[in-house]
Amino acid sequence: MYIIAALVIVFVLAQSIFFLVRALRRGKELGISNAQLKKTVIATSVFTIAPAISILLGVVTLSKFLGIPLPWIRMSVIGALTYELPAATSTANALNISLSELIRDPKVYSAIAWVMTLGIIPSIILPPILMKKIRGGMVKLQSKDAKWSDIFMTSLFLGMISAFLGMVFADIRSGLAGWIPIFVLLVSALTMAVCGILIKKCKMQWLETYAMSISMIVAMVFAVVITPVIL
Amino acid sequence: MRDYMTQTDRYGKLWIWTAAVVVLMVPVAICVYYNAWPEMTAVLKGLLGVAPIYWTVGFIEVVTYTPMLGVGGTYLAFVTGNLTSLKAPSALSAMENAGVKPGSEEGEVISTIAIATCSIVTTLVIVAGVCVLSIISPILDSPVLKPAFDNILPALFGGLGVVYISKNWKLAIAPLIFMIVLFLLVPGLAGSVGVLVPVGVLIALGAGRVMYKKGWV
Repeated sequence: MYIIAALVIVFVLAQSIFFLVRALRRGKELGISNAQLKKTVIATSVFTIAPAISILLGVVTLSKFLGIPLPWIRMSVIGALTYELPAATSTANALNISLSELIRDPKVYSAIAWVMTLGIIPSIILPPILMKKIRGGMVKLQSKDAKWSDIFMTSLFLGMISAFLGMVFADIRSGLAGWIPIFVLLVSALTMAVCGILIKKCKMQWLETYAMSISMIVAMVFAVVITPVIL
Repeated sequence: MRDYMTQTDRYGKLWIWTAAVVVLMVPVAICVYYNAWPEMTAVLKGLLGVAPIYWTVGFIEVVTYTPMLGVGGTYLAFVTGNLTSLKAPSALSAMENAGVKPGSEEGEVISTIAIATCSIVTTLVIVAGVCVLSIISPILDSPVLKPAFDNILPALFGGLGVVYISKNWKLAIAPLIFMIVLFLLVPGLAGSVGVLVPVGVLIALGAGRVMYKKGWV
């Protein structure tokens, strides 16, 4: 099982490196400076560490009943804990077994592996099928009305951000504890605003690379401090 | 531009179809290794609990995120997963920092670099973590650190939101108010935030179109 996991990891790394190298080359051809390309890589690397640890936590959660290799594979390819856990639970319920301990029945284990895989497979086969249509639509939009195209793209991102910001307000009826995510959000926003001021007013350009990571980490540390105080 | 995009699309398709085979081979390998094929009914019953939702979400995510992430970014992000909680925010943040527009070729390049870097770092962190899992598992699982990971999304979107909303506040008002009111009225929707992303997108697009026609943006 560990060999399969290793092969999948190598595949994911190979694909990522392939696209990274191509994009870096194309970036240089387009006149994007080396410094900018380097900054993008460094900023994204630093920014990714905390969420990556959170994903690792997902491996820990799933490993309690699935062992390590399968969760390791699933969380490295397509998966996310928000999907994998319901998929495993749904199969366990169908088979009337509990997920409170390590699964030792190979048939149950393989059934869970199949459900996890087949449940998420459209996410991997739809992009190549729909890409031409979506790209065609975007090119048409850009050539027809460039300004509306910009607003269109901005709206896509704002729609995504709004959904996640709105979600933070879901628990406020449960009392002060439900406000914790809002406090965390505000601390993250405030830290980012302070970073923005330092970058613009104090000419601390180096901070640009780390501002996103700093605001995220400060907010997470704040969550650790405030939660025991409130609960 | 067209050459790079066409080639990226071609390579992307090759990689993603290979990834589909690799992903499907994992349960096959498990069945062969343990010599244990599951009963079809067990798999179908399990699938029934998740497939109707996740197949729909999968379709919606592809339609919603492809224009945001670009060709290379899409092919990579849909293989490596954790789209909404990591790949899309990192691509958006990188494009914002680099001052490039999503949808332009520069945006395509920066988005791909961000998603590729993100995938590499995540994979390596998981590899390192798995190697020392017995040591770090009690730390990661500790009640002291739990609030930090429970609140990773507000911590991430707080910073990202302030940057993006401050620059496009007029376009942000309608989807933001709609989402806050929706979650206040129906808190149970928090578990289906992925499904609500396209709803937010449609609200933002509708409001943006009206404001554009009226010359407000």
